[in-house]
Amino acid sequence: MCDQTFLVNVFGSCDKCFKQRALRPVFKKSQQLSYCSTCAEIMATEGLRENETLASLKSEAESLKGKLEEERAKLHDVELHQVAERVEALGQFVMKTRRTLKGHGNKVLCMDWCKDKRRIVSSSQEHAVTMPCTWVMACAYAPSGCAIACGGLDNKCSVYPLTFDKNENMAAKKKSVAMHTNYLSACSFTNSDMQILTASGDGTCALWDVESGQLLQSFHGHGADVLCLDLAPSETGNTFVSGGCDKKAMVWDMRSGQCVQAFETHESDINSVRYYPSGDAFASGSDDATCRLYDLRADREVAIYSKESIIFGASSVDFSLSGRLLFAGYNDYTINVWDVLKGSRVSILFGHENRVSTLRVSPDGTAFCSGSWDHTLRVRDGGRWAF
Amino acid sequence: MERVVVSMQDPDQGVKMRSQRLLVTVIPHAVTGRDVVQWLAQKFCVSEEEALHLGAVLVLHGYIYPLRDPRSLVLRPDDTPYRFQTPYFWTSTLWPAAELDYGERGDGWPQTSSQDRGPQVPQGRAELAPLQPAPVLPAIYLAKKNIQKQGALVDYEKECYDQLHKKISHAWDLVLMQAREQLRAAKQRRKGDRLVIACQEQTYWLVNRPPPGAPSVLEQGPERGSRTASHVHMTKSADFYKREIEYCRRALGRTRVKSSVCLEAYLSFCGQRGPHDPLVSGCLPSNPWISDDDAYWVMNAPMVAAPTKLRVERWGFSFRELLEDPMGRAQFMDFLGKEFSGENLSFWEACEELRYGAQAQVPTLVDAVYQQFLAPGAARWINIDSRTMERTLEGLRQPHHYVLDDAQLHIYTLMKKDSYPRFLKSDMYRGLLAEAGVLLDTKRRVFPFTRRPRRSSPSPALLPTPVEPTAASGPAGGNGVA
Repeated sequence: MCDQTFLVNVFGSCDKCFKQRALRPVFKKSQQLSYCSTCAEIMATEGLRENETLASLKSEAESLKGKLEEERAKLHDVELHQVAERVEALGQFVMKTRRTLKGHGNKVLCMDWCKDKRRIVSSSQEHAVTMPCTWVMACAYAPSGCAIACGGLDNKCSVYPLTFDKNENMAAKKKSVAMHTNYLSACSFTNSDMQILTASGDGTCALWDVESGQLLQSFHGHGADVLCLDLAPSETGNTFVSGGCDKKAMVWDMRSGQCVQAFETHESDINSVRYYPSGDAFASGSDDATCRLYDLRADREVAIYSKESIIFGASSVDFSLSGRLLFAGYNDYTINVWDVLKGSRVSILFGHENRVSTLRVSPDGTAFCSGSWDHTLRVRDGGRWAF
Repeated sequence: MERVVVSMQDPDQGVKMRSQRLLVTVIPHAVTGRDVVQWLAQKFCVSEEEALHLGAVLVLHGYIYPLRDPRSLVLRPDDTPYRFQTPYFWTSTLWPAAELDYGERGDGWPQTSSQDRGPQVPQGRAELAPLQPAPVLPAIYLAKKNIQKQGALVDYEKECYDQLHKKISHAWDLVLMQAREQLRAAKQRRKGDRLVIACQEQTYWLVNRPPPGAPSVLEQGPERGSRTASHVHMTKSADFYKREIEYCRRALGRTRVKSSVCLEAYLSFCGQRGPHDPLVSGCLPSNPWISDDDAYWVMNAPMVAAPTKLRVERWGFSFRELLEDPMGRAQFMDFLGKEFSGENLSFWEACEELRYGAQAQVPTLVDAVYQQFLAPGAARWINIDSRTMERTLEGLRQPHHYVLDDAQLHIYTLMKKDSYPRFLKSDMYRGLLAEAGVLLDTKRRVFPFTRRPRRSSPSPALLPTPVEPTAASGPAGGNGVA
């Protein structure tokens, strides 16, 4: 006796083409649908394409990336230090600490200058304004100087309007603006007090409206925590760059939320990114103990700033006003000053007793301030330089 | 760090090692602080100060330990003997000893992952020897010390000892037994070896369990997602690859510029801005941070009656610089007013306000802009081509932050290519340049008899480039004097 198999024909409207046909069950991602036979066949071949999956997609991605590298390399006809040979060398820099700000009871994690060039906001592991979390890892000054934004392990970015009235309780006026699903690593106001850009440990960046707390745009694409961001000083565009634990630095279009360019040459987490003053390039500092300069028009890395004797990661970078100097704070408690064009180190600064966590040049370029885990902030500048 | 230390111990090229005399005992394979510093300075071609710093960091992390004063992890660039820590004790080898509660941690170290507490060190685990788990190890160490010194432990060590005793009182016999065992085994070694082992252990515990008040070099900051292997984002799904492919395709289509062109651009940018960069060229009259004199800031305040010459020059560098400076923008607005095209700049400003304004304001702003600039017959109607106008008006039905972008770009380009160059050639701008006072160096005032205060007479400064090289370099050269 042979087994008899019965085919049950169910009539109805197909889930795909909606025509009245005999239907077959089709499983798509563990969900059962009913397709007519024609659609089922189409499905089978599509399924084949989908099931070619990871292996073929991966190889396609790899080959495209290879082609991209080739294209980039074609236009690379000269190195920066070669071009810079005819530039005059800078002399020896003598940088002195002009102010040492002590007042934090714990590690200084982040700082920002006010546009009036004189005031600074800084955040630390314990905060003067009562915050619900201990590590406040990001802080920023509003362009008007009337508010500050900060956040950290509380996964939020809060805006505090600044008041000089001692009776006012700052915590009471705080406005919670951004909500992420992991810690906040960096925040920055755009050109006004009304919008904030944030980067978070959940791998995304986001643009928020301060007034309403509404999410205006989110930026997905990093494969791991995003640690830093910087807005482009460009005249018409809305772009910004972010760096993360996936060793990638990505340039985003604020309007569309798309990643415009990506650079993956670092060998470890990127701790800090900063645009070159002209907006055509940006520098990044990473745990692999190097800082690198990436050009946006040439679409490639154009310089590496590293030295054998530097074995600790760079936590924070910033340019001087003309872009000739790159200041980088490292986890071995020092600050190295690099000549951007020649690629050589101009000077090394000691003074901090624990790792340098944040470093910013003042808006008018007269000095730069470094904050460290030794609870202090130091404002320094180049007094004299001589050959 | 380990790379450095390993190369330091290289028998041929490493630091010179010899047997050191320490009081009565002779310790083999020891190095002096001075040798370490010199070797580092030579190998990396750095100054002695930097070599000393690097060496100090190595000591702080426990890779080199002092033989004479094992309590303080400091590198002294003299005859003080040091030794290299055995890899067994390196900070990167994480064994169960690392994840314990020897003493309370002072700061509220936030727990962001469910993984083991304690320092997150980049390298993975390398278990060199089977060791007992949990607080037994430090307990054994302290017990040994206790027995040796007959109860004369340092304060914090005593505290920890008591705490540990409370925690693992059930296993205390085991601890004491182990301690005594180790001490007895040690007695059978030569004095030199005993000393070395004691120093090694001491250093290890100083690094891993610093006394209260001393910063821990192993602290790494809040945990970052990338370190955990099973992070959600790391899974390479089909979506991830599809996005990569899409991105690559787009990127391949992008136009790129030759490196030489880009790099030349940096040179000219830096060269142009160099004199304007206070950190590179100094600033006149003096850097306020150095001299505590606010004059520089006063003279460069956002709105000031007489802008400095450098500032006026900067307006000529790029249109963006001009607009970013409130004074520059005001001057430009005046100029446009004379040409009857002031509405362009006002429109641009309104667009900027829309782009960066509050979300709630968007409808009102858009409406105001329309009424003032775009509506047919509007008071300040802007002149843009019909296609852009159509597109803009269409977009206004659903206002959002970027709805005026096209029109804004058009007007911006118009101003940049047309009005801006004329502004730079105008009498107004040239007049400003000529009037801009040449700055006085405050130091000059101290010695009035050496120089007269300079005033720029209407010299033939018709080009927006520094025409008075001698005058400019005069005070700058003087700056070289302390």
